[in-house]
Amino acid sequence: MSKLWYVPLTITAIVLVLPSLWLISTSLKVPGTEFVYPPQWIPSPISWRNYPDALQQGSFDVYFKNTLTITVAATLGTVITASLAAFGFARIRFPGRDFLFVLLLSTIMLPDIVTLVPKYILFSKLHWINTFLPLTVPFWFGGGAFNIFLIRQFFMTLPYELDEAARMDGATNLQVYFQVVLPLSVPALATVAIFSIVANWNDFLSPLIYLNSPQKFTLALGLQNFQTLYGTHWAWLMAASMLMIVPMLVLFFSFQRFFVEGIQLTGLAGR
Amino acid sequence: MSSSSSVSLSGSKPAARRRHGWSRQRWRDARDGYLFILPWLLGFILWTAGPMLASIAISFSAWQIITVPKFVGLANFAALLQDSQIGQSLYNSAFYVVIGVPTHLFVALMTALLVNVRVRGVAVYRTLYFLPSLIPLVANSLLWVTILNTDFGLANYFLYFLHLPPIQWLSDPRIVKSSLIMMSWWSMGGQMIILLAGLRGIPEHLYDAAAIDGANWWHRFRLVTLPMLSPAILFNLILALIGAFQIFTQAYVMTSGGPDNATLFYVYYLYDIAFQKLDMGYASAMAWLLFVIILSFTLLQFRLSRRWVFYEADLK
Repeated sequence: MSKLWYVPLTITAIVLVLPSLWLISTSLKVPGTEFVYPPQWIPSPISWRNYPDALQQGSFDVYFKNTLTITVAATLGTVITASLAAFGFARIRFPGRDFLFVLLLSTIMLPDIVTLVPKYILFSKLHWINTFLPLTVPFWFGGGAFNIFLIRQFFMTLPYELDEAARMDGATNLQVYFQVVLPLSVPALATVAIFSIVANWNDFLSPLIYLNSPQKFTLALGLQNFQTLYGTHWAWLMAASMLMIVPMLVLFFSFQRFFVEGIQLTGLAGR
Repeated sequence: MSSSSSVSLSGSKPAARRRHGWSRQRWRDARDGYLFILPWLLGFILWTAGPMLASIAISFSAWQIITVPKFVGLANFAALLQDSQIGQSLYNSAFYVVIGVPTHLFVALMTALLVNVRVRGVAVYRTLYFLPSLIPLVANSLLWVTILNTDFGLANYFLYFLHLPPIQWLSDPRIVKSSLIMMSWWSMGGQMIILLAGLRGIPEHLYDAAAIDGANWWHRFRLVTLPMLSPAILFNLILALIGAFQIFTQAYVMTSGGPDNATLFYVYYLYDIAFQKLDMGYASAMAWLLFVIILSFTLLQFRLSRRWVFYEADLK
């Protein structure tokens, strides 16, 4: 069976990767020759200058910096505050804990759309519109129920004896968190960091609502804006898209080994 | 922190427990527990509970954000029933959910099964399968505009290869939603990873036992893999449903809601009402309608799941 397995494995891989190859191919075509029939897989000539050209036409250096700032600030907040909350829920006994955890779980199933309008009004009253604050500050408050849940599930798999031993030696809860639990939880923290980085890097709706001057645009917004300006220059559009994709590829390949490890499905039912 | 405090702490613990109902450690844990979850708890009040309550109040008012809010009772909800765009956009989103979520999950499950084998180089395949999910949605939407182009796109070129007539993927209102669903199949990597983690958690001895009983591959899949994987499938299903009901970006970037409102999804319409027409009252009423719909779908899934989801703990 094992030899034959490569047939569906390879066919599926080709089908799944074809669009990405098409993206790379289109990004290297001479503008104006993107659409020829039959489709051309290997551009001739290869137009490397699409990349500098596209970057010059849009302010992608600015968008890149903005996106990076937002992503780093939001991800730091997420990893720090989500792991704090996860520690509270997984390793400390306190009255009301189970009720609050059920409350947390139920907010995973809450669609963001319900709070979209009131949050927008709140941020506009705070004069936060057209700043990065609405896109970063909320992540410093727990970093999202799903992330807390994911880290908590991982914390639950660590043996309790470790905490007990540290407490015997007089460690406070904060010391147990920093010196015992966190060092053992790198896969879970890395997984949540990846989820957070990808989500913030790619987010479109929130920047669309909160940012309105081009100096504040993120890559996702800038790319959409670029399309309305240069909608016919597909080679430029695809080159600009590559700029947004490459950091995600680098990230994925550097953290890949933590990825499946960090997802603990035991006790998925919540109990 | 210092060693002296550790001595006094462990020394006073039993005595303290006897004197009061609660030991000093228990008080300390209660305080620390709330301190650890404090950021989330504040966030829950500031960004979830507070806005939800506000949203109810806003939905009973006429409010153009720059004007003074005016209480109008149930007028916004009455207007929902009169608005034909609501029906249209609800249908569009429901179509995307009902057809898109199960097919997307099916593709994710098939690929997860495909890469859950021990053959040489399978890690490379796993990475290749995940790769399309790393393309940001805006970039991916632009890419698929070129692929689905009627005259010059790759999709129709393949149809031509198979001697099939071309399809107007994005300009035929009857087809465009299916095109967006098809496009979503390529980015199933996240679900595949979660299912893969679930598949790896299935103990080998169950398969060994099934093999001894003479089970063929279908029996093994049907009687071991599926039941053991069902909690992960339910988890994916619920999150995918909530996500799919809120589809927005693809329609905004690729079709601007067209052709003929065929991709005017509910959240797109809500965005239009809230942030183009600035009608915060009506938008809040819309959000609550969607919330109630998503909630009932989620509860229905939990109810149905009792018939097909298998929890290992039930055996113990």
